[in-house]
Amino acid sequence: MEITLAHYLVLSSALFAIGLIGVMRRKNLLMLFFATEILLNATNIAFAAIAHFHNDLTGQMFAFFVIAIAASEVAVGLGLLIVWYKRTGKIDLDIMTSMRG
Amino acid sequence: MFETIAFYLFAALTIGMFTITVMTSQALYALTAMAAGMIFISAFFFMLGADFLGVIQIIVYTGAVMALYAFGMMFFDTTRNIVEKRENPRIIFLLGVIAATLVVFIMISPIISSNLETHYPIDAAVGNSQAIGLILFTKFLVPFEVAAVMLLVAMIAGIVLAGKKMDKSLTLMAEEEIALMSATKPNQDSEEGAH
Repeated sequence: MEITLAHYLVLSSALFAIGLIGVMRRKNLLMLFFATEILLNATNIAFAAIAHFHNDLTGQMFAFFVIAIAASEVAVGLGLLIVWYKRTGKIDLDIMTSMRG
Repeated sequence: MFETIAFYLFAALTIGMFTITVMTSQALYALTAMAAGMIFISAFFFMLGADFLGVIQIIVYTGAVMALYAFGMMFFDTTRNIVEKRENPRIIFLLGVIAATLVVFIMISPIISSNLETHYPIDAAVGNSQAIGLILFTKFLVPFEVAAVMLLVAMIAGIVLAGKKMDKSLTLMAEEEIALMSATKPNQDSEEGAH
């Protein structure tokens, strides 16, 4: 049996669903960041698979930019998280209600 | 045949690792499972002929991002279990399943897949890294430079945010000094706010 584009897209969708469940389920902010990394990786697999099966390099280029965005997101997000932890001593999503949302 | 076995093996490993990351209550388990999952994902890139992307995945994600998370976790108390309040776990799983089926329908819909055209075709005579370099520095030069500026901004933001009070070493100070510092800190903040 040959591996087709649909196999890779189904795998990517499954990983994306795992990441979505993590985003909805987690209350700890560090764990929430892990779930967003899973989402970005799932899309990267879809990009690379489409690039391979359509014989086009554009998908790989987009995957590179997604990786760059993920790296900067981690840098800024962890900086904000450390500041928040120094101030409150907790990184729980439920206590972040300063805007009364 | 070999590719089929590799695909299913790495698919099972990746899904298992990411499920551990999402479901575990230990931060260190989540971190290590995440790093393993990232490495397994690079196997898909190698199978898809995107060699350079696979190498970047290992270097940037497992080398840089995961190391950054590990450094960040030094600030947080990670030895105890993470206690999370859960309301309605069934709704979350229902929403996850609905989202997954939606994404599958979007991916396999013939409207999208039949309208794709090739802009930059892969040349078999040129290696993957060389082809990516050629396209990145000709067609994608402006996004590349914008990404470089964005990474610089993110670096400065990370230094400014996390680097506050880094000149005071808590490990080299006496207990009384730390207690004094934490006691006087609210007053300083209020004074700064008054100015």
